[in-house]
Amino acid sequence: MEILIPILAAAVRSGTPILYATLGEIITEKSGVMNLGLEGLMLLGALSGFAVTSATGSPWLGVAAAFVVGAFFSLFHAIVCVSLGGNQVVSGLALTMLGTGVTAILGRNYVGQLISGFSRIPVPFLSDIPVIGPIFFNHDPLVYLSYGLVLFLCWFLWRTKSGLNLRAVGDNPRAADSLGLSVVAIRYVYTMIGGGIVAIGGAYLSVSYSHMWTEGMSAGRGWIAVALVIFAIWNPARAAFGSYLFGGVEACQLRIQAAGTNISAPILLMLPYILTITVLLVISIRKGKGILFGAPASLGTPFYREER
Amino acid sequence: MRLKTQKRLNQPIWLEIAIPVGGLVMAFLVSGVFLTAMGVSPMEAYREMYYSAFGDSYGLSECMVKAIPLAMAAIAVTLSFKMLIWNIGAEGQIFMGAIAAAAAARYFPSDNHVLMLFSMGSLAILAGGLWAAFAGYLKARWNVNEIITTLMMNYIAIHLMDYFVYGPWRDPASLGFPMTAPFPQSARLMEMGWGRVHSGIILAAILIFMAWWVFKMTRWGYEIRVIGENPKAATFAGIDYVKNVVVVMFISGAIAGLAGMTEVAGLQGRLQHGFSGGFGYTAIIVAWLSRLNPIAIALVAFLMGGLLVGGESLQIVMGLPIASTLVVQGCILFFILAGEFFRRYRIVIAKEDV
Amino acid sequence: MTEPSTLLVEMRGITKSFQGIKANDQVDLQLKRGEVLALLGENGAGKSTLMNVLSGIYLPDSGTIDIDGKRLSFGSPHDAIAAGIGMVHQHFMLVPSQTVWENMVLGLPELPQVLPKAKIISDIRDISQQYGLDVDPEAIIWQLSIGEQQRVEILKSLYRKAQVLILDEPTAVLTPQEAKNLFHTVKRMTKEGRGVIFISHKLDEVMEISDNVMVLRKGKLVGIVDTKGSSKEKIAEMMVGRRVNLELDKKDIVPGKIVLSLSQANALSDRGLKALNDVSLELREGQILGLAGVAGNGQTELCQVMAGLRKMTSGKLFLNEVEVTDLPPRKLIDSGVRYIPADRKGTGMVSNMDVRENSTLKRYWRSPVAKGMLIDWKAVLKHAMGIVKDFNVDTPSVETPVRNLSGGNIQKLMLGRELSDVPKVLIAMNPTWGLDVAATRFVREQLLEEREKGAAIFLISEDLDELLSLSDRMAVIYRGKIMGMIEDPNTFGIERIGMMMAGTRIEDAGGAI
Repeated sequence: MEILIPILAAAVRSGTPILYATLGEIITEKSGVMNLGLEGLMLLGALSGFAVTSATGSPWLGVAAAFVVGAFFSLFHAIVCVSLGGNQVVSGLALTMLGTGVTAILGRNYVGQLISGFSRIPVPFLSDIPVIGPIFFNHDPLVYLSYGLVLFLCWFLWRTKSGLNLRAVGDNPRAADSLGLSVVAIRYVYTMIGGGIVAIGGAYLSVSYSHMWTEGMSAGRGWIAVALVIFAIWNPARAAFGSYLFGGVEACQLRIQAAGTNISAPILLMLPYILTITVLLVISIRKGKGILFGAPASLGTPFYREER
Repeated sequence: MRLKTQKRLNQPIWLEIAIPVGGLVMAFLVSGVFLTAMGVSPMEAYREMYYSAFGDSYGLSECMVKAIPLAMAAIAVTLSFKMLIWNIGAEGQIFMGAIAAAAAARYFPSDNHVLMLFSMGSLAILAGGLWAAFAGYLKARWNVNEIITTLMMNYIAIHLMDYFVYGPWRDPASLGFPMTAPFPQSARLMEMGWGRVHSGIILAAILIFMAWWVFKMTRWGYEIRVIGENPKAATFAGIDYVKNVVVVMFISGAIAGLAGMTEVAGLQGRLQHGFSGGFGYTAIIVAWLSRLNPIAIALVAFLMGGLLVGGESLQIVMGLPIASTLVVQGCILFFILAGEFFRRYRIVIAKEDV
Repeated sequence: MTEPSTLLVEMRGITKSFQGIKANDQVDLQLKRGEVLALLGENGAGKSTLMNVLSGIYLPDSGTIDIDGKRLSFGSPHDAIAAGIGMVHQHFMLVPSQTVWENMVLGLPELPQVLPKAKIISDIRDISQQYGLDVDPEAIIWQLSIGEQQRVEILKSLYRKAQVLILDEPTAVLTPQEAKNLFHTVKRMTKEGRGVIFISHKLDEVMEISDNVMVLRKGKLVGIVDTKGSSKEKIAEMMVGRRVNLELDKKDIVPGKIVLSLSQANALSDRGLKALNDVSLELREGQILGLAGVAGNGQTELCQVMAGLRKMTSGKLFLNEVEVTDLPPRKLIDSGVRYIPADRKGTGMVSNMDVRENSTLKRYWRSPVAKGMLIDWKAVLKHAMGIVKDFNVDTPSVETPVRNLSGGNIQKLMLGRELSDVPKVLIAMNPTWGLDVAATRFVREQLLEEREKGAAIFLISEDLDELLSLSDRMAVIYRGKIMGMIEDPNTFGIERIGMMMAGTRIEDAGGAI
């Protein structure tokens, strides 16, 4: 148990950026828009979060900047996919390329810099609870914010009017439209908010996790998040579970490397990707076609009111 | 006055040209704004890119060198895209083909040029093909999202190659650089006498023609198109979905694997860390810009090769990172996607006669 | 309450075109309080377009709408709902993954941000009691039957205090008894001063329920008549523009041997729910077996099982006394089994491909079209031209994408393709759905011709009249189970068929005669 606790705590830390990305993608997909540009958005968030934190000294401003930048770049995806009915898969790839390219150029001058960013603040009382305390309540504020976001989204999706509208637009846009909801506006809003949240996941990497910027630092976490959305059946609480599972793998991998073993680094680095495929396979076999129940029915298809 | 959209019943020919050209122009305009913001004169950068790529015979030959793997990988993804299977894994399949080719050169060396290339090619086909067919089988059998599996397998393949070039296959004489020993001369593709252009160009040309012919003339090509346009109608006509997805993914991966082999056997003569530089992803743009038309792929791959060559010279001359071409590529994709809208709709002025 | 004679809806000069074709051309409509107005017309006459304009979904090119004397702005479903327009679409506008109560309040602007679930549910209970529309507010939509879903749609309009209720082909998906209950609800609503617009093509119903009949033809208003002062024949003539003869020439044929037989078939739906429950059927040469049932009771799955397109969990399929269970579907196609699916554009055709390419979907692997691994496109062209000529497919050329063809022409192309090899077994599901009178007649004649040629035909339809006029024998399906076999459909009685459609076994519905 004593050995497990630091690993589990590290799992929460490493899982948090994936969690943000997964949550962001869940609300985007709930509206019926699939955004595969997560990898690019995370990099944009990581760089803008880092740059603003470095310039102002305030990590919170960095996070806010990441959100705005993520939402702004998602706007392009929304224009192409919602208004112009473009292919959502290809548009997501375009966003990834754009994000990777832009951050590689703009981030050149930040390579090698260190910022103070967020630091660990144990939650009074809660962090004293045995086992649970050190695992969940001995982190930096951005981790706590992610707990809040999970709870908020669970409540928002199933208990509020806006959540109801969001789910309706994703499941049956024609019905939502006939009842006077604006499918286009709702899809724009959630594509942008979702993109902003994904970018916060990126900012976590640079502002909380490593306190520096490196090119391509998201290292496939964006794609893992896309897989986790399916694993989570579009449910924020399950997304947290899945993210921490991946965080755990990453934590173990780092520990094995630090302990010095014969297993070479590239083989260890493959683990999260192998795990992603395995997890996806298991969920697909177990649910079969039943996986359709969680998925927004209109996911990936544009909506035109007068199409006949 | 009010603008409204109207569905086009047919697509005029000039649109087929205007949309990609317009997309390219817009992409360069937007990238130009970005360059300006970075303090680089876009006119100067574009002039540099143009002359380095299309300015002389050597530049053109370099474009061709890049066009070979691009065209092959674009044919690979076109096969699967036609069937609405999103094989985003050409990059990983290229890596697998290269690893397999290097394995053949290492473990079954032969002085016979034909025999050597044959064993390298077969192993590359097998490695790339099986790598992709695995994702295809998961998709067809259990509906596992192939976008994610093929992408994850890209990362795995890249790490797998790193394992070899940093580990057991590293050339002791490489002074610590992550690369294998040079291949024997029998394992090198013939040079064509034009810059670094190698005989992979013949293979690419054959594959382009074959792809065109398969889609146009064969029963199998027809089946692929039916599956891609309407999988339900395909089942209704008794077309075996599972079998076709696996077969198409195998061939798609095999072609990408061959692209990887030609790249190491034709150009670099050894396996080394990061040899591909994203051909597998750029190929997706080539395929999409060509609207999945094999003949158009030949031209587009050459132009996109020019973009890559120009990007490399920007890095050398102006000190811009190689990723700058990614910005242009991303912009091109966005504008081409946006342009598709105008293929399907036209904007008209609505009469207001209330 | 306002005077019952006051004007509730007034539409003037509505014009709406799609791709240059006028779906509505200068149409006027008036609806008074307490009135049931039947809106009639052939398919493609512009009824649904006009109603979609009224409910704010389509933006018309010109015209005006006044509700209760107030001008309505166009193209806003929101304003239309606020003005009191409620529409029950033919394809329901419900969110299948949500509960009844969630669907009920979806899109209401005055809804508070935190959903008051308890209050909503008690409100729904009140209204459903008041109108006799019984549903469980906490049920999830996709679990409900089609009839229940329709009740939810009507409740939804009432919950929104609709003054005008538009019902688009409401009885097409109901049993005769359910239809009767619906008419009671309609009468209760008009008594309270609401107006109802009733779209249907079943003239008997129109005569029973409506006060006035308005007829559209090719987008134009033909006329408005008082129902009581008119007759079915006269209205039919207004719809079609000429005298219509719906009588079919059905010859007496002695049925031959059993061609296709299904025994104890069980199968699951796409959602993994039980769709077929021990179904056994036999198709004979030169005989049409009709299958009646409310949509969604396993008809699609049954057709797919018989065509070899869906795996059975248990049961056997025989073709000419040889077991063909679990054979690849192409084996059945090669043995002469042909299937005309209900979902023409979605299943039967590849809409982005052209007429030529679609014409060869069931024969591209056989001679003379196939030449080894290759396709002989000249042979395909010849075949396609033959279908276009023999089946009067109206298309600009054989290189026109099928998506640009009208529903009737798509169906003719499909018939041409499926019948071109002289099928031994023909499975046809809703073959005339959505077709105009002439195309309907053409399709029915083709089915009878195949019957004379000796094909074993399985006809599935939601239109009881069609089944009665074509079938030699009839079965009724309910929740994946066959309720009984009717040997002489025309003397059995529509009331009893209706009872079977609602789940009564033939023994309890008065037994076989």
